[in-house]
Amino acid sequence: MRRRFAARLGQSIVVTFIVATIAFVAIRAAPGDPFSYDRLSPRARDNLRQQWGWDRPVPEQYARYLANIARGDFGYSLVKQEPVSTALTQALPRTLLLACTALVLSFAIGIGLGVLQAARGGWFDRVSSAVILICYSVPDFWGALVMLTVFALWWPLFPPGDMVTAVEHDYMAAWPAFIDRLRHLILPVASLTLLSLASIARYQRAAMLDVLPSDYVRTARAKGVAERGLIWRHAFRNALTPMVTILGLTLPAFLGGAIFIERVFNWPGLGTLAADAIEARDYDLVTGTVIVGAVLVIVGNLIADLLHAAIDPRVRDQHD
Amino acid sequence: MTDDGSGSRSFVRRLLEHPAGRWSLATILLLVLVGIVGPHLMRYGPNDVLGMAELHNLPPSWQHPFGTDQISRDLLSRVVTGARISLGISALAVALSITVGTAYGLVSGYAGGWVDATMMRILDGFLSIPRVLFLIALWTLWTPASVWGVALLVGATGWFGVSRLVRAEILTLRQATFIESARALGASPLRMMWRHLLPNVMTPVIVFATLSVGNVILIESGLSYLGAGTRPPTASWGAIFNGAMSAAPNAWWILLFPGLAIIITVLAFNVLGDALRDVLDPRHLHASHTPQIAQAATSASLDKNG
Repeated sequence: MRRRFAARLGQSIVVTFIVATIAFVAIRAAPGDPFSYDRLSPRARDNLRQQWGWDRPVPEQYARYLANIARGDFGYSLVKQEPVSTALTQALPRTLLLACTALVLSFAIGIGLGVLQAARGGWFDRVSSAVILICYSVPDFWGALVMLTVFALWWPLFPPGDMVTAVEHDYMAAWPAFIDRLRHLILPVASLTLLSLASIARYQRAAMLDVLPSDYVRTARAKGVAERGLIWRHAFRNALTPMVTILGLTLPAFLGGAIFIERVFNWPGLGTLAADAIEARDYDLVTGTVIVGAVLVIVGNLIADLLHAAIDPRVRDQHD
Repeated sequence: MTDDGSGSRSFVRRLLEHPAGRWSLATILLLVLVGIVGPHLMRYGPNDVLGMAELHNLPPSWQHPFGTDQISRDLLSRVVTGARISLGISALAVALSITVGTAYGLVSGYAGGWVDATMMRILDGFLSIPRVLFLIALWTLWTPASVWGVALLVGATGWFGVSRLVRAEILTLRQATFIESARALGASPLRMMWRHLLPNVMTPVIVFATLSVGNVILIESGLSYLGAGTRPPTASWGAIFNGAMSAAPNAWWILLFPGLAIIITVLAFNVLGDALRDVLDPRHLHASHTPQIAQAATSASLDKNG
């Protein structure tokens, strides 16, 4: 187990390095640089290039870029007027709060739904499969916009955006402040959950249908195990293992979905940061968000892989 | 599999006999027709500002069946033109990414050894960048001026999944007897890849491609909504929302009609992808294990935003 962990950790570091290199190549291959906008005089542009090291040879820039990233220095954001690392450390926990809550909820609901579909079959399976397929085809930003319009504007149960009530929140006692936070969290989390659980339920249903015809399920049924115990104790346990792999694979999708939903609900996380960078052509900020987003995915995959090894002895023994 | 005429004819027939396949195919053809012919039949141009003061944010009427938007453009015309733009971008992007991805996977799987290992590590890097973030970054760096540029960027970030799929296929195919005999007969690497390996991976690739059209429409619309897709005033489906919702929060028609257009299109491609899987790989309906095509379907369906 320890050797497997060390090997996978090494691999993750290599992949992170590759991601950083991809980002560097993308920046160098792009036309222009951060200072190529019209309002600057050529003199000022040259000065800026010199100041930020853009006039140095490319290999030197690459080495310096990698060294900076290794130290956690992602450069300076023009939009935020602060170091990119400061902006990222502020935004990251907010995105994690949104994405992780939705992740847990949609896996719990999606897995339960998938198992029920496979076990029940019949019209329940058909109707819910159709609804799930429709949910899967909804663009995340559109789903969030509908939630916002219905539950915050027409029927104002929840606040229409932001993380807390502006100004007022600072003067609230601990408990009302917590409730205030929760009320702001519900709509974004519900949107992301509803839009993400579709693919999870689909996959869990398929995994169950794979397992149900197996011999050991038939044996258990022949021995007189009650249907409910059969589904949850015998079949479900084995149909759960592939879901760990899915956990790793859906992470980029969760982050991607969170980006759209943050924009709709004005949630000040990574997505809003990235969207702010678009118009200003904020080079350092976009590369910073790309690298941090990729690192989140890499770490998530590492965890999923170790979980997989922990619960499935076949995988564990393969490498040790 | 679809090489000889009789095989492909029976494949088309089986697809048309599949109820979901028939309907989704019909819907897609209809949408393509709307995209090609529709814009010419419109009373108003998609970007015509009809009258700032009195004609903005009008609810649906006979004059404007889908209503008008925040700067008084006819929404029906914009949605119909959006079919052309969004479907065009997606088709182009998917064609690009499937071609690049298949070639990459083919070369990597065929070469093996350290070439394969290096190519796969690079792919791991690409696969760990969330596609939406990647596209935002690329858009910020390049700022594409036309819809072609947008299609190029979306396609350039979509080939990683299919590469991995094709490579896995090649690794199993390499063991097959007919590949061994082709090699023994002295087939060149290019001939091996083109004549012997490629036709045998096409089936899962077709399923993957169909499902990715839906994903790409979702991604393109989301990016345009964020302002990192087609540039205003281009009427792609996502761009219709850009700015409209904050200007007119109660204009349900601006939310509803382009949204329905996106959902119907994506749904049609997803249903068609599932139907293709049923038709091309009937085993998955009965047998317990379903390697290649099912895998294509899963990896594509996990690609949403990914």
